[in-house]
Amino acid sequence: MLKQTEGSKAVAEAVALCRPEVICAYPISPQTHIVEALGEMVKSGELTPCEFINVESEFAAMSVAIGSSAAGARSYTATASQGLLFMVEAVYNASGLGLPIVMTVANRAIGAPINIWNDHSDSLSQRDSGWLQLFAETNQEAVDLHIQAFRLAEELSMPIMVCMDGFILTHAFERVDIPSQEQVDAYLPPFDPRQVLDPAEPISIGAMVGPEAFMEVKYLAHAKQLQALELIPQLAAEFKQVFGRDSGGLVRTYRADDAETMIVAMGSVLGTIKDVVDEMRDEGHKIGVLGIISYRPFPLAQVREALKHCKRFVVLEKSLAVGMGGIVATDVRMAVTGTGLHGFTAIAGLGGRPIPKDSLHKLFRQAEKEELEPVTFLDLDWDAVNKQLERERQTRHSGPIAENMLHDKGIVSAKFG
Amino acid sequence: MFQIRIHGRGGQGVVTATEMLSVAAFEEGRHAQAFPSFGSERTGAPVVAFCRIDDKEIRLREPIMEPDAIIIQDPTLLNQIDVFAGLKPDGYVLLNTHHSFEALGLSDMLKERKAERFCTLPATELGLKHVGRPIPNVPLLAGFAALSGIIRLESVIKAINEKFSGKVAEGNIAAATESYSLVKEKMKEHANA
Repeated sequence: MLKQTEGSKAVAEAVALCRPEVICAYPISPQTHIVEALGEMVKSGELTPCEFINVESEFAAMSVAIGSSAAGARSYTATASQGLLFMVEAVYNASGLGLPIVMTVANRAIGAPINIWNDHSDSLSQRDSGWLQLFAETNQEAVDLHIQAFRLAEELSMPIMVCMDGFILTHAFERVDIPSQEQVDAYLPPFDPRQVLDPAEPISIGAMVGPEAFMEVKYLAHAKQLQALELIPQLAAEFKQVFGRDSGGLVRTYRADDAETMIVAMGSVLGTIKDVVDEMRDEGHKIGVLGIISYRPFPLAQVREALKHCKRFVVLEKSLAVGMGGIVATDVRMAVTGTGLHGFTAIAGLGGRPIPKDSLHKLFRQAEKEELEPVTFLDLDWDAVNKQLERERQTRHSGPIAENMLHDKGIVSAKFG
Repeated sequence: MFQIRIHGRGGQGVVTATEMLSVAAFEEGRHAQAFPSFGSERTGAPVVAFCRIDDKEIRLREPIMEPDAIIIQDPTLLNQIDVFAGLKPDGYVLLNTHHSFEALGLSDMLKERKAERFCTLPATELGLKHVGRPIPNVPLLAGFAALSGIIRLESVIKAINEKFSGKVAEGNIAAATESYSLVKEKMKEHANA
């Protein structure tokens, strides 16, 4: 049913339609509205049979999900930012054990400095955890990806993070088509686990593995992600048959056919980028877009294919590999190895910094002229940065950086924009 | 695309107002996107929320820096932040106050702009009168419908019925209806002046 609703509420409804049997979560902004809504559905009996388990931390949330998934229950949780970091040991265990847990990550920056706003640092910090990571561009896609994620996770017996931009999507009201229970049931069969803890047929899950077999077990996790590269497009195609719309897949291009400059990005910023690209196309610029939906597994071949006809590309990402540059850009450059393509990295939107169309227009025009540095920090306040660097040169006791920056910028109260 | 920015304080239903505005537009078959300014919410602190309305899918995710309309839920914000920042030259302004723009020292601003698109409404009083709470958001939405014609009163009422039920819904509908008439009257007075 088409409705105007909050992203979090829409995702909660989609998760409920997937008939989870255990939901365990600890509240953290901007994920809270999702699990609040699910908690209400369980309490009212709207979502049944399902157990909603209040846990004392994110570490416990993932631990409970591991236990319930191993016991054969379809298990769901959600988190963000510091919450994801707090559960990391269990995150690696969930994938190492091959348990098909689905977790929403309402993407948010990581402190310090503490910051509740959106960027992709949190889930990207779990790049190598063995979890699959799918990024939603809109709230409709967030809904659809959750439904696909349960199917994909259970077919592979691997856990999946469905990543949606915190606040920008989770707290946005927009139109979303919520599927019917019949549609979801037709697409997502009941959970038939590859491994299950059953008192009637006791087994153990989680053996210690020494040097004689550890690499093979790890390779098998890699093999599953390679299988996912085949499975994700298949499940997206099947999704289209049942639900009638394109959602998910590995990558998606926009106005790319004759593009000389391609912009590569993940998540909701793709919308703003598409608007800018439309405006530039109207002025005759040959520019297109490559959206990456599946960050893990990373679709090297599809990215290479999408970029092979352009002259240059810009990876615009809401993440920073401190001391290195781009995180997504590193993978994209890997994909185009040997093509001689000119690639630029633009770090944008960290900690919720708005990514305005005007700034993108400037950036993309500079890219066309190949006037960009290899790594650009979009809308960085160089005066503020240089002032602090100078302060550090001048005085040994230069004090805390975050406090200095707030003082220099004269920030005293909430601002908008 | 029509872009609205609502300013208020934590506890005044600013975010709810943009959400209801988006629901009202959706009820008319239009695309709408409402989102808050994502701050740490505290009662009394300045809050901003945004709403875009269009006839096609809205993909843009930047904050609204050049609004077509501004709704100000708390006139004390005028002394604290530049609530009019970026307002388009022919933009609409609806301000919650029982004073006039002139009394608030805004005469010069009206001279430079389309004065008929500026209106005040005693929305807190209307909220108190009909709902029993000093929440100005719904009266201002109905006032905005009257002032701009961007959405219809019936759509605001549909959004009220989706958000509230029973006595609270009834009170809000009464507040909305009176607000709508008050703004329409003021517009007539202005046109005849």
